[in-house]
Amino acid sequence: MSRALNVVVVGNGMVGARLYEETLRRDQTSRRVRMTVLGAEPVGGYNRVLLPGLLSGSLTEADLTPEASGETPLATGTTVTAIDRAARTVRTADGRQLPYDRLVLATGAATAVPPLPGLRDETDGGGGVLARGVTALRTLADARRLRRLADRARAVGARIAVLGGGVLGLEAARALVARGVAVTVVHPAPHVMDRQLDAPAGRVLGRALRRTGIEQRLGVMAVRWEPGKGLHLDDGSVLAAAGLLLCTGARPETGLAEECGLKTSPAGIAVDDTLTTSDPDIYALGDCADAEPGLVQPGWEQAAVLAGRLTGEDPYARYLGSPRVTRLKAAGIELACLGDPFVADDGFAGHAPAGGAGPAQGGLGEGDFPDDGGPEVLRLEDPARERYAKLVLHGDRVTGAILLGVPDAAAGLVQLYDKGAPAPSDRLALMLGRALPPESAGEAGEALPDHAMVCRCNSVTKGALRSAWYDGARSARELADATRATTGCGGCRGAVEKIAAWLAETDPLSSRDTPATTAPR
Amino acid sequence: MTTATVRAAAATGTTTGSGTGTATHCPYCALQCAMTLTPEPGPAPARLSVTPRDFPTNRGGLCQKGWTSAQLLDSPERLTTPLIRDAKGGELRAAGWDEALDLVARRFAQLRGARGADSVAVFGSGGLTNEKAYALGKFARVALGTSQIDYNGRFCMSSAAAAGNKAFGLDRGLPFPVTDLDESQAVVLVGANPAETMPPLMGHFDPARLIVVDPRRTATAQAALDGGGIHLQPAPGTDLALALGLLHVALVEGYLDTPERTAYRAERTVGWEDVRQCAARWWPERTERLTGVAAADLRRAAAALARARRAHILTGRGAEQHSKGVDTVSAWIDLALALGLPGTPGSGYGCLTGQGNGQGGREHGQKADQLPGYRHIEDPAAREHIAGIWGVTPESLPGAGRSAWELLDALGTPEGPAALLVMGSNPAVSAPRARRAVERLRALDFLVVADFLRSETAELADVVLPVTMWAEESGTMTNLEGRVLRRRAAQAPPPGVRTDLEVLHGLAVRLGRSVHEFPADPAPVFDELRRASAGGTADYAGAAPELLDAGEAVYWPVRAAAGGFAREAAGGSVPEAADGFAREATGDPVRATAGGPGREAIAGSGREATSGPAPEATGDGTEALGTPRLFLDRFAHPDGRARFLPVEHRDAAELPDDEHPLYATTGRQLQHYQSGAQTRRVPELAAAAPEVYVEVHPDTARRAGLADGDTARIVSRRGAVLARTRCVASLRTDTVFLPFHFPGDGAANALTNPALDPVSRMPEFKLSAVRLERADGGAAAERKEAV
Repeated sequence: MSRALNVVVVGNGMVGARLYEETLRRDQTSRRVRMTVLGAEPVGGYNRVLLPGLLSGSLTEADLTPEASGETPLATGTTVTAIDRAARTVRTADGRQLPYDRLVLATGAATAVPPLPGLRDETDGGGGVLARGVTALRTLADARRLRRLADRARAVGARIAVLGGGVLGLEAARALVARGVAVTVVHPAPHVMDRQLDAPAGRVLGRALRRTGIEQRLGVMAVRWEPGKGLHLDDGSVLAAAGLLLCTGARPETGLAEECGLKTSPAGIAVDDTLTTSDPDIYALGDCADAEPGLVQPGWEQAAVLAGRLTGEDPYARYLGSPRVTRLKAAGIELACLGDPFVADDGFAGHAPAGGAGPAQGGLGEGDFPDDGGPEVLRLEDPARERYAKLVLHGDRVTGAILLGVPDAAAGLVQLYDKGAPAPSDRLALMLGRALPPESAGEAGEALPDHAMVCRCNSVTKGALRSAWYDGARSARELADATRATTGCGGCRGAVEKIAAWLAETDPLSSRDTPATTAPR
Repeated sequence: MTTATVRAAAATGTTTGSGTGTATHCPYCALQCAMTLTPEPGPAPARLSVTPRDFPTNRGGLCQKGWTSAQLLDSPERLTTPLIRDAKGGELRAAGWDEALDLVARRFAQLRGARGADSVAVFGSGGLTNEKAYALGKFARVALGTSQIDYNGRFCMSSAAAAGNKAFGLDRGLPFPVTDLDESQAVVLVGANPAETMPPLMGHFDPARLIVVDPRRTATAQAALDGGGIHLQPAPGTDLALALGLLHVALVEGYLDTPERTAYRAERTVGWEDVRQCAARWWPERTERLTGVAAADLRRAAAALARARRAHILTGRGAEQHSKGVDTVSAWIDLALALGLPGTPGSGYGCLTGQGNGQGGREHGQKADQLPGYRHIEDPAAREHIAGIWGVTPESLPGAGRSAWELLDALGTPEGPAALLVMGSNPAVSAPRARRAVERLRALDFLVVADFLRSETAELADVVLPVTMWAEESGTMTNLEGRVLRRRAAQAPPPGVRTDLEVLHGLAVRLGRSVHEFPADPAPVFDELRRASAGGTADYAGAAPELLDAGEAVYWPVRAAAGGFAREAAGGSVPEAADGFAREATGDPVRATAGGPGREAIAGSGREATSGPAPEATGDGTEALGTPRLFLDRFAHPDGRARFLPVEHRDAAELPDDEHPLYATTGRQLQHYQSGAQTRRVPELAAAAPEVYVEVHPDTARRAGLADGDTARIVSRRGAVLARTRCVASLRTDTVFLPFHFPGDGAANALTNPALDPVSRMPEFKLSAVRLERADGGAAAERKEAV
């Protein structure tokens, strides 16, 4: 039997740790793969999604960091300084040479710090250190720093400025507000989340954000950070703030890869759908690779693919991209964006798709779709209630959607979209997230059809109760004796009483003490 | 008999009408509704009429199955003579009992001599009385000497049982009386549909306080929605992640930070830190993406559950019948523990046991790895104790055998058993991948089936032994709350029919055992069971027959005490709940109230028990015996603490793909019980639910070219089923549902996947990948494959 494959992972963030976990799950005795995870950070990367919990104090730092079980050969605080591809070794800052059979780069990304005066610490001599009062939000150290900034700001009644109105900026802003800190988001576009949202959705979201206490300065650029004063904007105003949070995007960490001659681009280290770089013995995944941007979920999916390949459990696994789903994680605001929701007619509502994209249930046949090959678009705008729903379909597949304030619809649509499953023809239900109510169970009298089940426990229909009535049962009690309705769980007692009352009212014979009609059943 | 019956009825506060009725319980599900059987006037043999009886569980209610249960007793399809098939491929012919038993004993002995003891196997049932389950386990180990025994309860309760044992050190379906649910302020039902499976239980729920977790809008989910409760509709196979998602919300919303809950976790549990890290990774939006349950609904449900002062989490087969069933139940138990529910008066976790004696049936040794009293067969102390009771040496007892599916799968293979005795089960319909099970049953050298009807399994047998039905036999049953009940004979069996105990007696004697070892009378068997269970987890030692006859409420563990056994003073006094709220006084005569059975629980776990009674009372001032409420003082692990178990979501063994793009899930209809072998023969039930159907979303049906009422063909990797299409708009578009009560072309289990849970060996009944087609032209071909 061949010896275990010696795999070295550079980077102990979310994705690197996940790769280790996924590998161990497939190869519990480490018979096939022996994996070493090297991380420069003293602690592993943390799960940004959980930041609100950390800020509010309901989650601990341990909850946010990928658990390192006792046996993890995890070398924290080990910085890799160079890769020798010919010798298949990595060199560490403390001078060691570690051999590998396969190398995995999970070096992640760093905050892209905009070139604004005042953001860097001048005393650092041009190093990467951010100035006092300024923080990014990538590492756990950043999170701690933000928490300290937020607490100081709150203590003196000052404000935190968040630069960047993308998903991370808004989620962080929401968490800060929940901690009792005043927040203003500064964003250069006319509306927030402009990469995911069209203009009307952006306006509705802006309104919802204001309701939760998040101020916004839109369509303005930051020009300078002045500690102790605030953020200077290009309209000449100054946003007074005690702290500045940079949510201005990320830059893949490709330095090691570039130095050893791997193919890279500004989007990251080049990989194919097996996550292999230009060197067949080196893989890259997560934020440092050019396979997929930014989110935790794709990185985790990549980790599963690579673990399958490394352990041989699924040697042909491929990463074919993750469905693009953005779900804003901000308490009190339900927003999901799927795929590409932008269509040519964005911005004016006059052009209804052919056929009106009938929301009527069951009425939609293949022929009703737009036959010009264009998309079918549905929109619901209800800004007063902070709702906006937009669906873009090609044929019966959802290709894009914006769902704000319709949480049930978001849940159902994401599942359809993830699986590429056909959308239900009941488009209105699709947009609202629930099927239109079926026949109401509350009805009991005339409106209820004869075949309707009244007592499920004993299979008694309204028709059976009616027959029993005409056979002489003249009260709810007698109906129960005759049909066994109500004798199971008793949940239908009210309904049977209503039916008895309705029969008493409508049956001409029942007002007198006439004996039962004699028609045999 | 009559006098005793009337006295018993009086003692339980029931009326038996004319006074000539027999107080017993329904033959079907684990709620064991109380009923009275009364001979109808007319020429002998009299037909029995069923009247419901007031009892804490069913409160005078019965579902249609219970009402019609006596109709099968005089069915023309009853077997009244043994049947023998002289040659494979030949017909079954009538035979005498001696001929049949002689043949069975001879073949068993021959095989044993030629191929070893494990060449003969036994398959039991959660429908058997405690006495029969006990005797069957003993018969296998002592008379046959085989390790190859398991039972259909493996397909029902094994996942919940394993999870309960891990978390609490003990598995009793409900560790509290059903009546506790009446006052619960939030009841989570996970994969349970009691509105169809045990309808009178619904009377204990306030629909506004139900949180129903089910991929379908079941009758139970609909009841919740109609009453203002919550229905969470996750994708099949994602219940585990849903539980972690709810736990995550509870964590970040601060619901777990109350002093009571913090103290509970600190003092009564271990392992919380690991579990909170599992939960931390399932934030609502991630949970939503996997489960399809909206993050907003998740938050709403978590709030309703966490804000309730009294709350319950109950699991059913929908959560348990998966290849990750144990972990799924563990996740829900983790949520319950985080909220401080188990072992707190008025709250708790439980599973809803399915089969009539699904509780007692899993305690007394018909499981492959178990000896009576819920003891483990590999435990030397357990072997020594049981060997002593049985009068054999510990070394002579076999070890653990194959689990149910593994046993069925091995039948007739070179390594597997060559003969099988089936008692009270119909695996030809109820096993996963049913057509493989039929193939294996056919491959046996020798199949013996004891049943009262020609079930689909009996049709395959070489020898069929006609046995009594529930109204013709006495014994004990243990209901879903661990209460031991008396089953009483209301009439003599038809001539030619024997009891299962008589069958085992007859076979054991022919296999050379002494006549005293396998009594045909249930009373001495129960006495022996009590002695065998004494000191075990499920301790019945104190469940004296006269107490059961008198209608006393006896819950295991019920320890024997010197000069009697621990009996608790009553008086209707109610202990204060741990968090300081007192129970409302109530005049409800059937409401059992709180108690402090912790000491009993210790005894039940085989450790030193403090002497002295634990207070037990029911609301009307009568006494409860044994342990109506487990865990109030301590859990059954040696340190007295419950275990949090870290778990993680994993995919089902089979996921939809291009060939099989839909999930199929299976379940029950109100009118039918298990494989339907009984209920399909009751005309009223057959009329109400005559045939198999497949529930399909209207769009999914339309895409398959199917309209409501059309015959559909549902195809999995293992087989195909023909079923009538029922369009259901509330169904997920990616999921179809079939009831599993029907045989032949309509056997839903032809589709199901025997992928097993690594711990419980539970097959993945609730999730297989299928495609849906029109039946035109496909039907004939499929029949050929099926044969």
